[in-house]
Amino acid sequence: MTETSLTDRERLEVYTWMRLTRAFDERMVALWKQGRGVGGTFSQRGHEAISVGAGWALAPDDVVAPMHRDLGTFLVRGITPLRAFASLMGRATGVTGGRDINFHGMGDLSLGIIGFISHLPHSVPVALGAAMSFRYRGEKRAVLSFTGDGASGSGLFHETLNMAALWDAPYVLLVENNQYAYSTPVHEHTKVTDLARRADGYGIPGVSVDGNDVEAVHAAVKMALDRAREGGGPTLIEARTMRMMGHAIHDGAEYVPPAQLAEWAARDPLQLFEERLVATGVSRDDLEGIGRRCEAEVEEAVVWAEGSPWPDPATVTDGVYAP
Amino acid sequence: MAGHAETFGFSGGPEGDGSRVMTYVAAISEALREEMRRDPSVLVMGEDIGNDFGGAFKVTKGFAAEFGPLRVLNTPLAELGFTGVASGMALMGLRPVVEMQFADFISSAFDSIVQYAATTHYRWGAAVPMVIRAPSDGGLRSGPFHSQNPEAWFVHTPGLKVVAPATPADAKGLLTAAIRDDNPVIYFESKPLYRNLKGYVPEGEHVVPIGKAHLARSGKNLSIVTYGAELHQALAAAERLADEGIECDVLDLRSLKPLDEEAVLATARKTGKVLVVHAANRLAGVGAEVAAMIADRAFEWLDAPVRRLGGLDTPVPFSPPLEDAYRPDAAKIAAMARELARY
Ligand SMILES: Cc1ncc(C[n+]2csc(CCOP(=O)(O)OP(=O)(O)O)c2C)c(N)n1
Ligand SMILES: [Mg+2]
Repeated sequence: MTETSLTDRERLEVYTWMRLTRAFDERMVALWKQGRGVGGTFSQRGHEAISVGAGWALAPDDVVAPMHRDLGTFLVRGITPLRAFASLMGRATGVTGGRDINFHGMGDLSLGIIGFISHLPHSVPVALGAAMSFRYRGEKRAVLSFTGDGASGSGLFHETLNMAALWDAPYVLLVENNQYAYSTPVHEHTKVTDLARRADGYGIPGVSVDGNDVEAVHAAVKMALDRAREGGGPTLIEARTMRMMGHAIHDGAEYVPPAQLAEWAARDPLQLFEERLVATGVSRDDLEGIGRRCEAEVEEAVVWAEGSPWPDPATVTDGVYAP
Repeated sequence: MAGHAETFGFSGGPEGDGSRVMTYVAAISEALREEMRRDPSVLVMGEDIGNDFGGAFKVTKGFAAEFGPLRVLNTPLAELGFTGVASGMALMGLRPVVEMQFADFISSAFDSIVQYAATTHYRWGAAVPMVIRAPSDGGLRSGPFHSQNPEAWFVHTPGLKVVAPATPADAKGLLTAAIRDDNPVIYFESKPLYRNLKGYVPEGEHVVPIGKAHLARSGKNLSIVTYGAELHQALAAAERLADEGIECDVLDLRSLKPLDEEAVLATARKTGKVLVVHAANRLAGVGAEVAAMIADRAFEWLDAPVRRLGGLDTPVPFSPPLEDAYRPDAAKIAAMARELARY
């Protein structure tokens, strides 16, 4: 267990975001299984401690580039469940107005969020560009960029870390090592599965953290972002977790050994945090009350999204160019 | 809201001895398996094809068990790198068939394809016999990055060949031809056809020569020139138009590079009115080249300007009403053809 820098009130807030993320995810999966979804989507189950813990570590003026498992970060940064569900449902009221699918393109610079494309890991250098804009203007701001274990096999991962280190950029790259890249386990796509060790090759700090421990994630990311803002340069953080569902909604993930899932299920990030909160005096009733409020908020978002208008086909060519 | 996929149905194809009905995707698998059995230098590589997962679309399901991990080479998420690796294997006499998980991700390997593989034989005489399989096309509500038709980039590149089969028989025959070709061939397979289109496929060796179009329907009033999944939209449109007394030639290009110039000119000269249709966006698409070819060499036979119908010049939108507005379908083809017939 990690020393936490969070106050009791903050810990309950963090827990609330995790519950909201989990409630959103479970409702989404259920809807898609009922055929009420549009297109495909990704469950982030198991990633709540990473996406919320890291998202919570951002300062208001920092910028973040989340990926398809980072629902919690989107929510913490201010994409409302209403907008997020409308995006998933392809509605005019979604973040992309129906142009992009599921969490793709859920960017909103007013919230400091850079949207992603499918091609992996193309947000990684783009996020470095945002970080360099802060250095350029002498602003004390930092950028947090997310990527996956699988995406870390792409050349861009190397190119970006090399530049980030060279330029002392206020940049934190967080690799979500969730044991799989689609069907391929991490040891079948890379030889050194201790991904934080790669930092040595660039001369920057590399930190490995328990990705199911929200306070540990928060502490590691906060320390790295603080350092980056103060001119200390980039950090590579590996957060270890498990992708608890298939790669995407269509994927039954039969290739994942049940024992591996069971092992990680016993370390569910929400349960871990709940036990800790209860041990420090929070009542289970209070936690369940938070859960019920989150579920109600999600339900409201689903109703709103499903009742939202489809985009007008007459607008299909709008927005290709900036006006 | 469903996509266009349900309108595909059955494509006919070469009936007769040893022909069986199978899906488009099964025909692709069969071509790969038969070529791997025939020629030990043929191998497949790509993401998630190991451990018998068989790739995102199960095209290589069962291959790992039959051919082993070196001939069914599971790659990290590194398109630029592994496409370069394929070039190296090809230089040394192997025949790699690279699977892009989606055609959209082929851009991540762009340098290796257009700068390395495409130019090598011209520069120093070494052949690069590789195939890149690219699962393309949309209508499936998959958004901007899982719906693309990026063939024009490659048609524009000297040194490559580009094919786009529209039927199960051609899927098998063109893949076989591509594997046996000594040049880099980009093979655009159509996702909306994978499991929604069945047709007769010859058993055993079946080669469809690269560079030969196929007249899928014959009529005297107007020509529709197309390829890929849009062939089936064009055929559906031609059926409706026949009821209205407009008889269409429907030419399935099958190969986009080289283009079958004779077949294009023959249909243009026959009907004097040509509509070119593709799902890729229209601007500087393959249709532009077809139209230019007709303007150059069949001008005197034309009774109307050559018309083009393509996707809109936007990224492929996700939401059903937007994607429907984006994509050519039978109704849009028929409407444009009617206008052309009246010209
Ligand atoms: C360049 C590129 N190639 C292939 C894909 C298809 N694809 C989507 S996600 C994925 C696996 C990603 O694994 P990882 O980076 O570990 O992220 P995770 O999904 O496990 O969170 C693949 C192969 C892609 N998105 N981009
Ligand atoms: Mg992963």
